[in-house]
Parts: sequence; structure tokens; C-alpha cells
Amino acid sequence: MLLLIKTALRSLIGNGLKTWLNVFVLSFSFVLIIFMQGLLEGWNRQAVKDAINWEIAGGQYWSQKYDPYDPFSIDSSAAVLPETFKSEYNAHQIEPVLIAQGSIYPGGHMHSVLLKGIRPDQQLLALPTNRLKTKDSNDVPVIIGMNMAKQASLKVNDLVTLRWRDVNGTFEAIDIRVAGIFKTTVPTVDLGQIWLSLEQLQKMTLQPNKATILIKSESVSTRKLTAWPFKDQLEMTKQTVSLVKAKTAGFTIFYFIFLMLALIAIFDTQTLSIFRRQREIGTFVALGMTQPQVVGLFTLEGTMNAVLAILAGACYGLPAFVYYTINGLSFGMDTTSFGIPMGDKLYPVFTPKLIVGTILFILIITAVVSYLPARKIARMKPTDAIRGKAL
Amino acid sequence: MNMNMNMNTNTKLTNFPLRKKGVLFFLLLSMATFAQGYPSGKTILDKVDNNMSAKTRVLTATMEIGTERTKRTMVSKTYGEGDHKAFTEYLAPAREKGTKMLKLDNQLWIYSPATDRTVQISGHMLRQSVMGSDMSYEDLMNDKPLLEQYKADVTGTETVDARKCWVVTLTAIIPDVNYFTRKIWVDTERYVPLKEDLFARSGKLLKRITFSNVQKVQGRWFPMSFLYKDMLKEGPGTKMTIQEINLDAKIPGNYFNLGSLK
Repeated sequence: MLLLIKTALRSLIGNGLKTWLNVFVLSFSFVLIIFMQGLLEGWNRQAVKDAINWEIAGGQYWSQKYDPYDPFSIDSSAAVLPETFKSEYNAHQIEPVLIAQGSIYPGGHMHSVLLKGIRPDQQLLALPTNRLKTKDSNDVPVIIGMNMAKQASLKVNDLVTLRWRDVNGTFEAIDIRVAGIFKTTVPTVDLGQIWLSLEQLQKMTLQPNKATILIKSESVSTRKLTAWPFKDQLEMTKQTVSLVKAKTAGFTIFYFIFLMLALIAIFDTQTLSIFRRQREIGTFVALGMTQPQVVGLFTLEGTMNAVLAILAGACYGLPAFVYYTINGLSFGMDTTSFGIPMGDKLYPVFTPKLIVGTILFILIITAVVSYLPARKIARMKPTDAIRGKAL
Repeated sequence: MNMNMNMNTNTKLTNFPLRKKGVLFFLLLSMATFAQGYPSGKTILDKVDNNMSAKTRVLTATMEIGTERTKRTMVSKTYGEGDHKAFTEYLAPAREKGTKMLKLDNQLWIYSPATDRTVQISGHMLRQSVMGSDMSYEDLMNDKPLLEQYKADVTGTETVDARKCWVVTLTAIIPDVNYFTRKIWVDTERYVPLKEDLFARSGKLLKRITFSNVQKVQGRWFPMSFLYKDMLKEGPGTKMTIQEINLDAKIPGNYFNLGSLK
């Protein structure tokens, strides 16, 4: 076996520039696949982590009537806080959020918004809710996300008119003050959202002691309540994960193109090599090698392109991976405003599964591509091969 | 003033139905206001009602929906009977042509020729804007008599469009009203409203309706045009203009059933 490997390697390196060109193209595909996959994995982890930090915490109980995709029912979906959570509620391990619809009119333009009432002293989410505390009873401070602020052209301390309906459907309008603008990568707490004190929103909508969702701390065990179905982290992040998966599928086409280029080059080299080296093949057989062994030798020779590509890829890929893992990669655009949960920078995550999986995949596929032209050797007549007339 | 569907076709003003309930309350109210030299709110609304209400009405109207940048004009023909029945068909533009709306009591259906479907608008969907205008379906649907929803006080006299008007302030007496307070300026001679302001509970002015081009139609004073404006929003608002009106006309009964939509 060692002899086979040595022979294959010697032949391969003997091919000179052609080999190194194949190796470079294959190594580039290999590095690119790992890098892109790592980037998507990093995005997935960051999006899930941020969603948990900013929105989900340990999961959410939803009022039975709440359907976030039905704007017509949101205003009537709140329910009375369940007594069973009283102790967790007092200990801030359960944070009720009341959701209502409203409109703001910055500069005379109407923007539909979701009003979300949360306790200012909550600790479960990363929202800077302490800015919702107010000493003046006439002041209604709110916090909004950076994208929302940008869309509505609002700055800290700006006053804007908010119009909403109370639980009876009566219109009400007041001026609210932007007490804080936060930066998040989670569009669902930013775009079209206005956060204000729970007590204030309950008063505004005439819904005392009511909430639409209950956010649970990770330290609290889950209970099964008919009136408040529980949505765990997995369910709540399903959409984000699906989005990343869809993007991953989209990238596959690029992997396919790069890999095809490299594999066609290897296939081509193998075919040419077998044609040109008929005498060598005939000599191997004449010296006692069986035809399957010669097929194996040529397949190994082709597969060693992948081994060299992996080594070459490691040479320039590893420093790049380390650099981007530490410093991240910026795309120079804010995707949160499009509703895509992506940070300013993406930090790729290279898992052993990803690296080993990609290496194995490339080795196998290169072996297959190398084997296909080598099959002809099995059909050669050794006497014809020695004369160089087998093909 | 009831913003019912008839109002959509500009005959809202014909509907100031009076109810006998609460007579004592209004008598007391009348005594109090007469003491200040003003008629009672009920008296004024009664007179507006007498001037403008008709058993049936058929009218063709244009609706100009203006935004800051664009303006759309629609033409519709409406057949109305009392406060509770109305049938509207849109005649123009081509995109809306053939769209029909039927209001029967507190139910509203819309037929769209593009989809060949009839949809019932109910619940929170009634809060949506009518054809992108400043009015909601709910504004058009509310046919409950004002005096069943509001306490009416005459709070003074003011001049609107060089006409002396009573200022009637309406304050909600039931919780489920769209606007907590309304102010109506009623012409003291012709008993036609010339302006109406709609307020939030906080006192913030939300919407303003300005009535103009008051003409005598079959012996009744009628504003032939009105502008419905969301006061929190920039833009010219929604202007309705009655092109043709026929009061107490005979309307075939089949207009007011679902079959008329297709």
C-alpha cells in the first residue's frame, strides 16, 4: 500500500503545473465550502442567541387567542394573568407583555406600530427597559429599536403622537417621548415596535392585569396550561433557523459550481493521463500487478489531488478562518431593516463536524471522479497497452 | 351624526334618528340649556334630522382620496333606505368598477369583481380604511343614533363659513364608541351641520369633517360636499361630492339582498 501511495504521489507531482492547478482549484472550493458553511452556522447561532436574549428568554406562554399573524385579533387577544404564576411574576421570573396595535404620526406620516407593554424593571430580556421608568405621570416614555427610529425619523427625547384604541374600540391619542433607542439584530423587537411600561399600556387600553404573552426565565420549569400554551425556544426560533437553512440551500449552487470546475479538471487530467500512460499501465501488468490494482493506483493518484488540496487549503485557509473567527466579517449593510436577523458582523463557527464532513465529502467525490476514467484500464489488453495501442 | 354607510354616499346627514328613550334626561337638559338662551342639543339634532332625513335616497357621488403625493377619484352610486340598508356600486375608475357594498343593519359585505367573491367585513376588519380613504368601514357602519351614544350639550355659537352655528358638544355615555367627544357646528337657520370635530378621550383632535356647498334639495337643505380629514396625518383628506341626489325615490327591494352583489 505504501508503495502504491509513493508511486501515485511521484506520478502526481511529476505532472507538474497541471497537478498544482488542479490542487489549487480544488483547495479553493474546499476552503470556500468550509468558510461559507461556517459563516452560515455562525449566523444561525448568533440569530438564535440574540432572539433568546432579546425576545424569547426561556420560552413564552401565549394567550390562547393570540395569533401574531392575525392583526385583526391582536387587540382582543389579551387575557388575565394566571394566578399560578403569581410567585414567578413577583420574582421577575415571568414577565408579562401586553400587545396592542396603534399608529404614530411622525412628521404627519402615519406608521402602524405594535405597542408592547413590559415591566421597566424586568431582567429577562436585553431591552433597556429601565428607561421606561418615569417620575412625571404625564410623561409616557417609550423605547424603540434603531431601525424603527430610522424608519420613523425619531431621535431620543422626540415627542410623537400615538393613536390607539382602548379595549372598547374608542380612539385615544397622546404624545409619547422617545426615552431610548436600542440596537438589536432581532427585527421582531425592533421594526414597527414601540416598547412602553406594562402598567401604562394596561391603563391606556383599559386592560388592567392583562397580558398577551408571558416570557419565562430559563430557570423556571415549564407548566402546561390550557389557556396559555407554551412555546419553547426551539419553536420560537424555528423561523430563523429555517431562514438560515434556506440560505444554506441557496449557497449549495455555488459549492456545486466550484466543485464541478475542480472535479472536471481532475476527470480530464485522469483521462489524459490514462491515454498517455498506456505503456506504463501495460508494464505494471507485465510486472505482475493485477488490473484492479492498476485501477486502484490511478484512482489513488486522482484522489491524492484532494489530499494535496486539503493540505494546501489548510495553509492559507486556516489563518483566514482564525482571523475571521476572531474579527468577524462585515458586509457593510444593515440587514435588520429588511427583517433579516443579522448582526453588523458575522462570526463564522467552524465545527469539527463541518471540517471533517467536508474533507470526507471532497475525498470521496474526488475518488469517484478519479475512478470513473480509470475503469478503462480494467478493459485493456496488457499486450496492446505495452504497445500503447489499447485505447 | 351617524357615520353610516349612507354617509359614505353622502347621505349620512340625513340620519339623525331620534329615540324616545331618555326623554326625561333630554327634557332636563333642555331646561338647563334654555336657561342659558340656547336650545338643547336634542332639539338641534332633531331639527337637523327633520331637515335632512328621507325615507330613501339615491345618489351619485365622487370620492377624491388625496395623499401628499397622489389623488384618486372614485365615482359611486348609492341606494339607501332608512339608516340600516344601503347598497353602493362603484362606477369608476376602471380598477374599482363593479365593486359593490351592501350594508344590512350591522353587517357589511363587499363584492370584488376581480376575484368574483363576496366577503363579509366584520370584527376588527371594520377598522380598515375604505378604499384607502381617511374613513374606516366602522365610520360608515355606525348607525346607532347619536343620542343613544352621547350626551348632547349646546356649548355656544360660532361662525363657520360666514354662517352662525350652534356648537353642539357630544360626550360619550357608553363605553364602546369610536370617539369619546364630538363637536358639531350646526347652521342656526338651515339646520345643516357645517363642521364636525372628532376627539380622543384625551381631548386630542383626531378627525375633522367640513361640509360645504349647502343646497336646497327637494325642500331640504343639504351639504353637497364634505371633506373628511385625519387631523394627525398630513394630506388633503378625503373629499366627497354629491353629483346627483334623489330623495324619497322608489328603490326596488332586491337591491338590499346579497343576490344584488353579483
